[in-house]
Amino acid sequence: MDVLIEKLKVQIIEQLNLAEVKPEDINPDSPLFGDGLGLDSIDALELIVLLEKHYAIKIQNPADGKKIFESVRTMAEFIKSQGKS
Amino acid sequence: MEIVISSYCRIKNNALIVNGKSIQLAKQDSAAFFLAETYKILGLNYPKFHKMDGLCKLGLLATEAALQNSGFLERHTLDKIGILMANKASSLETDRVHQQSISDKEKYLPSPSVFVYTLPNIVIGEIAIKHKITGENAFFVEPSFNTNLMLQQNNLMLKQSEVSAVISGWVDFDNGHMDALIYLTEIADDSIKKLNFKPLNEELLKQLYQ
Amino acid sequence: MPEVFTSYNNIISPLGFTTKDNYSALLNNQSGIQNKSFGKLNDLFCLATIQEEKIKEYAVKAGIESGFTKLESLSILSIQDVLNQSGISLKEKNTLLIYSTTKGNVDLLEYNKPPVSKERAYLSKMTEAIGNYFGATNIPLVISNACISGLLAIIIAKRMIAEGLYENIIVCGGDLVTEFTVSGFKSFNALSTNLCKPFDARRDGINLGEAVSTILITKNKSLLSESSTHILNGASANDANHISGPSRNGDGLLQAIENTFSKHKHILPDTINAHGTATPYNDEMESIAFERAGLTRVPVNSLKGYYGHTLGAAGVLETVIALEAAHHNQLIKSAGFSEHGVSGKISVINEHKKTTINTVLKTASGFGGCNAAALFAKL
Repeated sequence: MDVLIEKLKVQIIEQLNLAEVKPEDINPDSPLFGDGLGLDSIDALELIVLLEKHYAIKIQNPADGKKIFESVRTMAEFIKSQGKS
Repeated sequence: MEIVISSYCRIKNNALIVNGKSIQLAKQDSAAFFLAETYKILGLNYPKFHKMDGLCKLGLLATEAALQNSGFLERHTLDKIGILMANKASSLETDRVHQQSISDKEKYLPSPSVFVYTLPNIVIGEIAIKHKITGENAFFVEPSFNTNLMLQQNNLMLKQSEVSAVISGWVDFDNGHMDALIYLTEIADDSIKKLNFKPLNEELLKQLYQ
Repeated sequence: MPEVFTSYNNIISPLGFTTKDNYSALLNNQSGIQNKSFGKLNDLFCLATIQEEKIKEYAVKAGIESGFTKLESLSILSIQDVLNQSGISLKEKNTLLIYSTTKGNVDLLEYNKPPVSKERAYLSKMTEAIGNYFGATNIPLVISNACISGLLAIIIAKRMIAEGLYENIIVCGGDLVTEFTVSGFKSFNALSTNLCKPFDARRDGINLGEAVSTILITKNKSLLSESSTHILNGASANDANHISGPSRNGDGLLQAIENTFSKHKHILPDTINAHGTATPYNDEMESIAFERAGLTRVPVNSLKGYYGHTLGAAGVLETVIALEAAHHNQLIKSAGFSEHGVSGKISVINEHKKTTINTVLKTASGFGGCNAAALFAKL
C-alpha cells in the first residue's frame, strides 16, 4: 500500500503539473481538494485521466470521483479494490 | 484623446527585453526552459503558472514583466482595464497536442487540462485571473503583427468602452517558436500626462516590435 | 457618432440554409440535434450536424469549386447569400469581412492528406481563402474569443463603423462539430447524452452543434432590411475567476450587461436571448446575473435546444434568430425547458407566444471567463 501511495504522489504531481510540490509535501491522508494542494475542477477531471492512463481504470460516472479522490490514500484503496495495483 | 504607453516587454529569440533593458538568455534553450527561467528571473510565486500551456505562460510572463514596477494597476480600477491580444497561430501549438491524444483509437486519451488551452483567449483569462482584471476582452488572429490593427483596436476599446487602460499585445507560440510584445496603454488624463510617458503611435509600436 | 444597424443575414444549420428556413423550423419546434456516433469511439452523442450531401448540393448549385474545406464552403455560401440580398460587394474599400470562430479548419489536423493545404488550419489562411473567393479588398479580420466570439464580432463591428473606419461590415461566424471538440468536451464531462435542457432542473450538459451564420452591420440606411435593428450598445467583461468555470455570482456577465445599459438606463429590454448552454454552472450563473441586473420579469430563452452549442457561430446565429423573432413580435420557446432549475429568478419562455418586442438583449459567456452583452432596438 505504501509503495502504491508513493507512486501515486509522483504520478499526481506529474499529471497535474504541480511543479513546486514534492512527494514528501503531500500527506496521504490530507484532502486533495480545498486548501491542501489547491486543486480545481480541471484537476479532478485530470485525475480520472490518470487512473485510466496508469491503471486502466475507467470511471464511468465522474460523480463517483468525489469519494475516490478524497485523499491519496482513498485513491490507493480504490485502485487496490479494482485489483489494478 | 491622447493615449500613452507606460511600459512594455518584448520576448523574441529567447531574449527578454523590458522597457529597453535586455536580459539575454542562451539561444539554444528550449522554449520550456526559457519560460521556466523567466519565471524565476521575475521572482514569481504562482503555482498555477506550471499548469499553463506555452502560449499562456508566454503571455503571462510578458505581461508580468511589463507590469512590474509600472504603477499601472494602481493607476486604474480593475474593472476599467481591458485586455486586447492578437497572434498568428491561435492556439494551434496546443491544438496539435490534443489532436495527437485522439489520433489513435487504442490510445485515445484526451486530457481536459490540455483541451482547456485550445482557445487563444485563455491567455487573456489567465492574466485577468492573476490580477482580478475584469474589463473588456478581445482576441484577434492575424497573418502577422499588424501595427495598424493593434492601434485601431486599442483606440476603439479606450474610446468606445468603459475602460481607461488596456493591456495590449501580440502573443504567438508556434512550433516551439515564441514571439511576444506586451505593452500597457492608458488614456492620458491630467494626472497621467505628468508622468511623461510616450504617446502610442505606429512608429513607436514598430520600433518596439523590431 | 453615427447610428449603426443590423441588416440582411443568413443561417446555415441542420435546420436549413437560409434565415427564413431556420426561423420557420423553430416555430415548428424542430431541433437539429440528433443522437449519433461520432469519431473513432463507438459512444453515442447528441449532436447537431449539417448533412454532407446538402452541403455538396448547395455548393454545386452556387458553383463553388473543390479546393475549399467544409467550413470554407459553408462560409462562402452564407456570405454569398447576404451579399446577394444586400447587393454589396467585399471588393468595395468601405466593406470589411470579420470572421468569428473558435476552431476554424481544425479538422485539417486530422488528415494525413488533407483536401487543402494544412496551412489553412491557420485561421487567417482560412479567411484569406474565403476573402479571395469574393475578391475582397480588405484583409478579413478574425476574432477568436471562445464562445463569445460571434457576439463580440458584432460589438466590435459596430464600434469600427461608428468610428468611421468602414461603412459596411459582414460578420460571419462559423464552427464545425469535429472529433477535436467532441472528444475535448467529453473529457470535460460537459456533454449531455440527451437533448440539452437549458435552465431546466434536469439539465446535465451541452450538445455540440455546427453552423455558419452571417449578418450585415452597416450605417448605410439604404441597406436596411425589414428586420433591421439599431445596435444601441455592447460590452464585454471578464469574470477573472477560473478559465473553465463561470463565476458563481455572475459578476462578469453582470458587468457586461451594466456597461451595455450605461447610456440606456431607462430601457428595460422586452426579451433576452441568453447563452444557456445547459451546463449546471453556466445557466445558474446567468440566472443570478440576470436577477442582479433587474431583469427578473423579462422573457428569456436559449436556442441551444434547437442548434446545440455552435461555439464561434453561436453569437451571430442566435442574434440573427433573436432579431428575426423581434421583427415578428414573437417569443420563441426555450427548447428543453420544463421545470425551473436555476436559483436566479428569471422568466424562461415555455411556449411560443406573440407579444410586442421593441428591444432585445443578447448575452454570451465562454471559457477564459469572458462575457458579452449587446442591446438592439427595432427601427
